[in-house]
Amino acid sequence: MSATEHGTMNLKLIVWRQSGPDKPGRFETYDAKNITPHHSFLEMLDVVNEDLIKAGKDPIAFDHDCREGICGACSAVVNGVPHGGQERTTLCQLHMRKFKDGDAIYLEPWRARAFPILRDLIVDRTALDRLVQAAGFVSCHTGGVADGNAILIGKPEADYAMDAAECIGCGACVAACPNGAAMLFAGAKVAQLAELPQGQVEAPQRVAAMVKAMSDNDFGNCTNHYECEGACPKGVKVKFIARLNREFTKALFQETLGTISTNRGTSKE
Amino acid sequence: MILDGKAPTGKIQDSWDDHRFASLKLVNPANKRKYKVLVVGTGLAGASAAATLAELGYQVEAFCYQDSPRRAHSIAAQGGINAAKAYPNDGDSIYRLFYDTIKGGDFRAREADVWRLAQVSNNIIDQCVAQGVPFARDYAGYLDNRSFGGAQVSRTFYARGQTGQQLLLGAYSALSRQIGLGTVKMFPRTEMLDLVVVDGEAKAITVRDLVTGEVRTHVGDAVVLATGGYVNVFYLSTNAMGCSVTAIWKAHKKGAYLANPCYTQIHPTCIPQAGDYQSKLTLMSESLRNDGRIWVPKKKEDCGKAPGDIPEADRDYYLERKYPSYGNLAPRDIASRAAKEQCDEGRGVGPGGRGVYLDFSASIERLGEGTIRERYGNLFEMYERITDENAYKRPMRIYPAPHYSMGGLWVDYNLQSNIPGLFVLGEANFSVHGANRLGASALMQGLADGYFVIPYTIANYLAQTKPGKVTADDPECRKSIADVQAERKQLLGINGKKTVSEFMREVGVLMWNNVGMARSQQSLTDTLQKLPGIREEFWQNVKVSGSGDELNQQLENAGRTADFIEFAELLCRDALHREESCGGHFRVEHQYPDGEAMRDDANFTYSAAWQWKGTGQTPELHKEPLKFDNVHLAVRSYK
Repeated sequence: MSATEHGTMNLKLIVWRQSGPDKPGRFETYDAKNITPHHSFLEMLDVVNEDLIKAGKDPIAFDHDCREGICGACSAVVNGVPHGGQERTTLCQLHMRKFKDGDAIYLEPWRARAFPILRDLIVDRTALDRLVQAAGFVSCHTGGVADGNAILIGKPEADYAMDAAECIGCGACVAACPNGAAMLFAGAKVAQLAELPQGQVEAPQRVAAMVKAMSDNDFGNCTNHYECEGACPKGVKVKFIARLNREFTKALFQETLGTISTNRGTSKE
Repeated sequence: MILDGKAPTGKIQDSWDDHRFASLKLVNPANKRKYKVLVVGTGLAGASAAATLAELGYQVEAFCYQDSPRRAHSIAAQGGINAAKAYPNDGDSIYRLFYDTIKGGDFRAREADVWRLAQVSNNIIDQCVAQGVPFARDYAGYLDNRSFGGAQVSRTFYARGQTGQQLLLGAYSALSRQIGLGTVKMFPRTEMLDLVVVDGEAKAITVRDLVTGEVRTHVGDAVVLATGGYVNVFYLSTNAMGCSVTAIWKAHKKGAYLANPCYTQIHPTCIPQAGDYQSKLTLMSESLRNDGRIWVPKKKEDCGKAPGDIPEADRDYYLERKYPSYGNLAPRDIASRAAKEQCDEGRGVGPGGRGVYLDFSASIERLGEGTIRERYGNLFEMYERITDENAYKRPMRIYPAPHYSMGGLWVDYNLQSNIPGLFVLGEANFSVHGANRLGASALMQGLADGYFVIPYTIANYLAQTKPGKVTADDPECRKSIADVQAERKQLLGINGKKTVSEFMREVGVLMWNNVGMARSQQSLTDTLQKLPGIREEFWQNVKVSGSGDELNQQLENAGRTADFIEFAELLCRDALHREESCGGHFRVEHQYPDGEAMRDDANFTYSAAWQWKGTGQTPELHKEPLKFDNVHLAVRSYK
């Protein structure tokens, strides 16, 4: 029976449970009862957790916050697909009308070398923050900047930068990648800032530092599977990975020519 | 006690510049590194403050409960950020932004603070552009603007429907740069659970590591709270699940005054509630009111019909009818109350009759679907994901929902609370929005406070204090740790029958029904009678399993819920004492015959700052009189 407007569903959840970072984990099976098509996926988990709490069991730990698809906190692999596979949709915005009565749903945390599991479906994603800390910024300080309209930016360039800046940093791209690469995440940041005049001054140093930070933080490399783009809830495109590669090659070439140094803090000779 | 906001006197145009020069002391560059500032919260206000203070040379420690500073709820702001740039040549000015904000706040904010906000608004746009924030541009490459409620000029800068996200990522990038340089130490997944006051000054915070459960104290020379608002006290709100009153409530219990808690904003354009299982409400940006027309059926019997089957003549575009000069862009409090009024009269649409239409068909006909898609595409997508309805074909259904708190910890002009060394920024303080906040002003305030106000004002405090006065082995620090641990232990030991979310829902429903969009003496008195019972039951019958030495989300929520239950009493008390209607505070006893809010300037032109006197005790009221030298106190009309 498929879910109708008024019908409710009963589902089986097979969930990864792990009580701590270095503890052994296992799959446990739970029932999700009387779920309506209008429940969001996380609201369905709320129902299951209330039942678990009342039965004296530990509820399933999962990351979530805004529940409107923008903060990037929610993160679970649903039936093998990060965020559950609805196009351009985070897990919190996935609604149960996409499932039907009797479905069995497998729930796992993000799986990537760079994201150690903290508990159940919660992983440590601070490696993504460290990529930004390495160079994902324009090195301006507060105050003393030019008028906003003193820097003209064409609409196509502004739109391109905004397309890249849509990234919510959830890490689905890393979880989807067979190599655990963060190339879509890093590519989006590199492309956004390399496209804008404000970011071009440091573009070679930025891309070099971010590429180094990716390998320092246990992320893999890109071998063109495009799984990242498929999993991205914000529709960030792999063309930004191509842009990262181009910016990186350009920086290497400029360094070879001796026109720049990719070492931060080293002045051009 | 009569409180002094210490606002500068003299010509308001020069007030901030004069104050910075004549009244604020500086800290020598070589001495800055000797001071440590603790910044709690990493939204727009906290991230911008932490980054800027670190750039200046202070040691900074920053804390957030999320797993990354980038996830603070500022990220969910959609529509835009105001600035008085006057780029469109449409008559805007710093004075007009100042005036609109004072009037929008129903004349319940401090003039000098609002002037400063309007003045630095322009710097914010420049700063964000420099950081690489991809604001919308026109084809010539110039910054684009749109309109928001409560203004007759276009002064809102935006980045698609994700302005808050882009501004936060800008501040986050500046913060990340400082973390990378080692000038900011970042503590994610860390929740502040107490403020430590030593010899009358704020010198430390006690936090719980949400992964390991460790409770510890961080000591500094000053504490900056930028921990957001408290409307999750209502069931349901648009706030993130983790947004809580806890940080400011703990500071309040350590002596910080909490001002105007009854000023809460109910946002008119949210997706209506669909069922009891629902965990939160989702906002649809106010910017939609630029191109959407709000209406309900004129006849009750039409409410069940498909909107397309209701002829034009049978539709009531009630905002355009009642407020012809502002129309669909009437301010939030007014638009929300008008929607409630229509639904109360039985002309609401959708489940339970709790909804009004926001209709884009006229704009689609005028501009084409492509233009509407370009402007609001992501919002239409979000609407469809949640409701399964296509808003290009069928009008959206919207209903008001709690969204923002204008009230917060009391601060003086320097953003310092009544406890020296405790500074409060952004939504967590009570300062500039009065009784109602205009759209696109929260982002402006958060960044103004963090980038352009606190760097000056905190120096004035630090310059007059010796660095490193307090150490972690201070008895107050040790006591604070013991108190926090005892409270966790108590929560875990009750092992009652009701879950934390059942308690939160009970309080939230009570607050929404009785203290939400309309309040009466009766509803407030009833609520004040019920709340102590809920509080007592909570501490006897809540069920929190697991231990305190691990990642335990139940325990986190239990602490936040306990604080909300206590705080709800203060909110009611403030609402009961304010015998007038103003902005987001609507007392049914105080209205004009046409249903508009009736202020009582003779008796209530003041901010109400409450002092904690103990659980179950009546708090003490302190008043800060408000003086208006630059605007005329008028009946707020948008007709």
